[in-house]
Order: sequence, then C-alpha cells, then structure tokens
Amino acid sequence: MASEKAKSSLLGWIDERFPLSSFISEHLVKYYAPKNFNFLYFFGSLALVVLVMQILTGIFLTMNYKPDAKLAFDSVEYIMRDVSWGWLIRYMHSTGSSAFFIVVYLHMFRALFYGSYKKPRELLWLFGMVIFVLLMAEAFMGYLLPWGQMSFWGAQVIISLFSAIPVVGEDIALLIRGDYVIADATLNRFFAFHVIAVPLALVGLVVLHLAALHTVGSNNPDGIEIKKNKDENGIPKDGIPFHPYYTVKDLFGLSVFLIVFALIMFYWPDLGGYFLEAPNFEPADPMRTPEHIAPVWYFTPFYSVLRAVPDKLGGVIAMGGSIVVLFILPWLDRGEVKSIRYRSGIFKIALLLFVISFIALGILGTRPATPTATLFARFFSAIYFLFFLTLPIYSTREKTKPLPERLTHAIIPLEQREGWHWNLVRRFLAWVMATEAYRRLQEVVVGYVEKANGYVEEIKKKYCK
Amino acid sequence: MTPMKTIIALVIFAFSFGAQAVEGGFPLQKADVDVFDLESVRRGAGYFVDYCLGCHSIKHLRYSRLGKDLAIKDEVLRNDIMPEGAKVHESFLTAMHPDDAINWFGVAPPDLSLVARARGADWLYSYLKGFYIDRSPTRPTGVNNLYFKDVAMPNVFWDLQGLQKPIIAAHEGSQVIERLEKSTKGKMSDDEFDRTMSDLVTFLVYAAEPAQYSRLSLGKYVIFFLLVLAVILFKLKKEYWKDIE
Repeated sequence: MASEKAKSSLLGWIDERFPLSSFISEHLVKYYAPKNFNFLYFFGSLALVVLVMQILTGIFLTMNYKPDAKLAFDSVEYIMRDVSWGWLIRYMHSTGSSAFFIVVYLHMFRALFYGSYKKPRELLWLFGMVIFVLLMAEAFMGYLLPWGQMSFWGAQVIISLFSAIPVVGEDIALLIRGDYVIADATLNRFFAFHVIAVPLALVGLVVLHLAALHTVGSNNPDGIEIKKNKDENGIPKDGIPFHPYYTVKDLFGLSVFLIVFALIMFYWPDLGGYFLEAPNFEPADPMRTPEHIAPVWYFTPFYSVLRAVPDKLGGVIAMGGSIVVLFILPWLDRGEVKSIRYRSGIFKIALLLFVISFIALGILGTRPATPTATLFARFFSAIYFLFFLTLPIYSTREKTKPLPERLTHAIIPLEQREGWHWNLVRRFLAWVMATEAYRRLQEVVVGYVEKANGYVEEIKKKYCK
Repeated sequence: MTPMKTIIALVIFAFSFGAQAVEGGFPLQKADVDVFDLESVRRGAGYFVDYCLGCHSIKHLRYSRLGKDLAIKDEVLRNDIMPEGAKVHESFLTAMHPDDAINWFGVAPPDLSLVARARGADWLYSYLKGFYIDRSPTRPTGVNNLYFKDVAMPNVFWDLQGLQKPIIAAHEGSQVIERLEKSTKGKMSDDEFDRTMSDLVTFLVYAAEPAQYSRLSLGKYVIFFLLVLAVILFKLKKEYWKDIE
C-alpha cells in the first residue's frame, strides 16, 4: 500500500528508474556515525566544501584567464580590476588553496591522533594519501598560472629536481617542461592539468575515499569499533544517523570556518606574503632570479627536508621518502590500540615531537638556507623520520590503557584528564579564576549577556505570539 | 627529558631568526599610508603624472577608474590630473618609447601597476627618499640609492628634496654609509617632502589594488551575516542534538 502511494509521487517515479531514495538512505539517513565526534571531525566535510568552492571559482577564473606566457600575468590583473567581482573570485580561489591545505593537514593530524589509518581503514588512508599527493600536484601547477616571478622560479627549481634522477632525469624534466626552460609550453600543459586532469582525478578519488569510509564506518575519538555493539535492529548503539545530526553539526562548523575564511580573504588576502608571495606581483622574467626563492607555505616542510640533505639526488630521495613514508604508516604502526587516549606516553611524546618538527620544518622552508637554519632543518628532518622508523619497534610493546566498552566523551573534561601537565593547567586556571581582574571581567560579560537576553525576550514578546 | 630539550631548541631557533631579521641592509622608513584618505590618493595621482609618468606607466589603471574610485568629476580629472591629450578611458601610459628608454637609461623603466604589492609601501617610501650624491664615474645620473644599489633611475625629486650626501663611517674594517645628510636646501621643507612622498606611495598602494575599496568595505557585512548564520546554525544543532546524551 505504502509503496503504491510512493509510486504515484515524483520521488517514486524517480526511484523506479534510479536508486535515489536508497542512496540517500544508505549514505546519509542510515549511515550511522559515532556520536562523540569533536571539532577535529569537521575537517573532512570542510575539505569537501573547499574542493567544491575551488572548482566553482576556478570555472569563473578560466573564463577570463589566458594561458599564454605573453598574456597570463596581465589577464590575472584584468580579472582583479576589470571583471565584475573578479577580485572576489580570485581571492576566494587563492585563499581557498591555502585553506585547502590547512584543512587537509588538520584532517590528517586527526587520523594520526585517533589512529584512523589503522585496520580496517588502511585503504581509506591510502585513498586519502593519493588525494593529498594529487592536491600537491594541483597546487603546484596552479601556482605557475599567474606567471609571476615566484611562479616561474618556483616551478624552475622544483622541476629541475627531476633532473637529479640518474640516467633519465634530464629527459623527464624536459618532458614535464616541454622546453629547456619554463616557457609557454609549460604554462599550457600545466593549465590543462590544473583545470581538467587533476581535478577530475581528485573528484574520483574523493568518491573512492567516501565509499571506503562508508564501508568500514567512521573511527571516533575513543578508537573503538561502534559496530561491535549493536541493538536488536542491527543499529550500532553508539551510532547516530549522519543526517540530520552531523549535517547540522557540520553546517555549524562550516559557518565558523567561513568566518575565519572571510576575515582573511577580505582583510588580509596575502597573509603577510604567505598566501600570496610579494615577488609574484612582478611578471615572470627568465633573465632575473629573485633574491630568495621560497615555495608557498604548504610545501615548505617537504622543501626543508629537501634542503637538509647536501646532495641533490639525496635531497630528492629524502623529500620523496618523507611523503612515501606516510603511505605505509598503517603497516608501520603495529599497535592494537587506535586512539591517543589509550596509547602509551611514548607515542604521545613521539607525536608531539613529530608535530613540532613538521611545523618547524615548515617555518625553516620559508627562510633562506643559512648554516644555522640548515642545521636545524637536519635536526627536525631526523625527528620527522624517526617518528615513523621507531613506530614498528615500540608500537607492539606499548603500555596501553584498557579500552572502554562504549563511547565516552567527545572531549575529555579537564577534571578527568591525567598527567602532570594537566595538573599544571588546572592550577593555572584556578589561579586565573581567583584574580580580581577575572571577577570583574566575568561581571561585565554576564552583564552584557543578560542585556542581550533581555532584548531577545522583548523581540520574542512583540513578534512571536 | 626529550620534550624539554625540544623546547630549549625551539627557543634558540626563534632567537636565531630575530638575529637574522636585523641583517637585511638599511632599515626601512615607515610610510604614512591611508588609502581611505582620498585627498591623499588624489594628490599622489597628481604627483605621479607630474614626476613619474614621463617614464613609468601604470598600464592596469585607467583615468576613469581613478575618477570613479575617488569620486572626481571628469572635468576635474582632465584639468588637474590627466596629462595633455590623454583620453579618460585610457590607462596611465607613458609617452616614452621603451627602445628610447634603453638608449637613455640602459633599461626600460618598469610598469608600476603592482610595484606597491611587490615591494611594499615602506620600501617605496624609503627608496624615494634614499637618493644620495655619488660622483663615481660608473654613475651616469650622479646619484645612487641606499635601498637599490646602482639603480638606473635619476633622482627626479632633487629640486623638491634638496641633494643628500652620504656620511661614511668605518665599520669592521670597511667603509659603509651611516646616514644621509642634506647638502643643499630643496623647495620643500622636510615635513612637506615626507608628506608628498607618502601621498605618492598612497596612490601607488591604491593603484596596485583598486578593488581594495570594495573589498574592505564589503567584508564587514559578509562577516556580520556569517556571524548571525553561525548563531542560528548553533541553535539548530542544539535543537537537533537535544535527545542525544
């Protein structure tokens, strides 16, 4: 009866010809996600939104951009000045590329933090890693298109790295450039890759990434499998439907992200030379090398690893290794426990050092390679690799904490956190709260909140009857 | 302990950058730039046409765009800013032919559309004030610049600023310029000249990104809208999540 009624509706008409309802049901309404996701789980959906934004803004940029070494630089300025809203589209795209990497790096950090790469999610991690590598290719080729000084010389430096490969290196570099130097041919092929080939592959891999995710189910901050605890209907007891619970939550996360994004885009689009580098406002000049060639910030950690090795081929191998090693992470980490909450102190310290060294390598990569800076780059590169190389040794012998049966908090409350550093934080907070300044501030804030609530009540009384 | 060592290493690391920052040549002077001071941009545009347009173009800025952004009537634009014979929809284009420029100066003067974004306002301001007398035979213009060694550009503001000569001091065994000193008086006082250069730099900052007026004024509305949206979405999330413990 119900099906007969459904058949008469438009949705029924579609469902007979296309699995629309079952698709929505399988991937949204009946996809059960753990109920204790915290803010670190926003970055997956944010990455998807940024991808869509980059594609949409990219389409509009393509309408006015000219992939020609003689016209490219001026066409970007034409977009910035003469095309209606061109400046907004262009800044969305340029800020979006940096935002993409921020979001993806945090997304990957979340995976390290809660062990989301571990069995049974190895393929999910591998698809994600391929997305990351493609994203780097996409960003690298896109950066050539404005045809500024840094576009030109950055590409020159990076492509020349391929020539370090023995025997075939020079030929590979020549094949990539399509010329003996970066030239019009390079710009044209990079444009083709940036605009169609790589985005197409990216979208395809995102589909695979999501398909793998929906097969194994999402990990969670406790790193336990919610599928092990099902009720009589076969629904995980700790699972909640992705829609509407996580769609509304992610929408809120998106709005906060967009506030930060808009703040940067409208008030600081070049972010002090990190999102848009100053030398790139000069047209590419093959006869004049800029004083200091630095890649955009999101490549600098890997660029630092490259420069840390004195030999060119060795540097290329090290840089490649720093990315390859991420691919095999699921097999390097042999521990059973996923989440950092129940892992050993050794792993916590190792991960902290890894994050510090990644950020430090990133900072070093933006600076000229002075002897001191190189020394530090070597030190932090060593820590970067040691994190991965020591994992297989200690991960089987880790002193882990017992796992809970069911999910616990999204964020562990401060009172329940253990360890001397949390004791310090608690003591510090207690001290702050005891000060007179804090009391006065609290009074002021409470005053304002009460005032605001008063206004809201007044509006409610007037208009909502 | 290892974390402690890392922290110490990081502190040293941070300091080593502080030391590096000081090395980079002569310290820049701070330009007084406010692109929302439209009068200042207008004056700067006038100075540009009088003193710079002879050699330099701003090919990405039209006179009409300047008029629109600064709310200047076409009549005033024609009389006060535009050079003789220019049309209102044309760009700030120099009449100097690049081949002639190479003959006369050795290089073609660069287009200044984006110079403020490539070099920075403070650098431009310091550079414009940084010319000094250099009588060595390698300097055909008779001047050199503190911030751009052996630059081909002559000092076009010498009559406004007066000539400056370098005060040389010995530093670690080599002769370096310590500061510049006025050797002749210019038509303008120091304060007037600083103001003039700031106006010119302000105009170049505007010319590097005319869209900044709409960008900076639109931003607050977008962010206000997003804040309201965030509050509504937060309440919506709370409403949906009421029954989840």
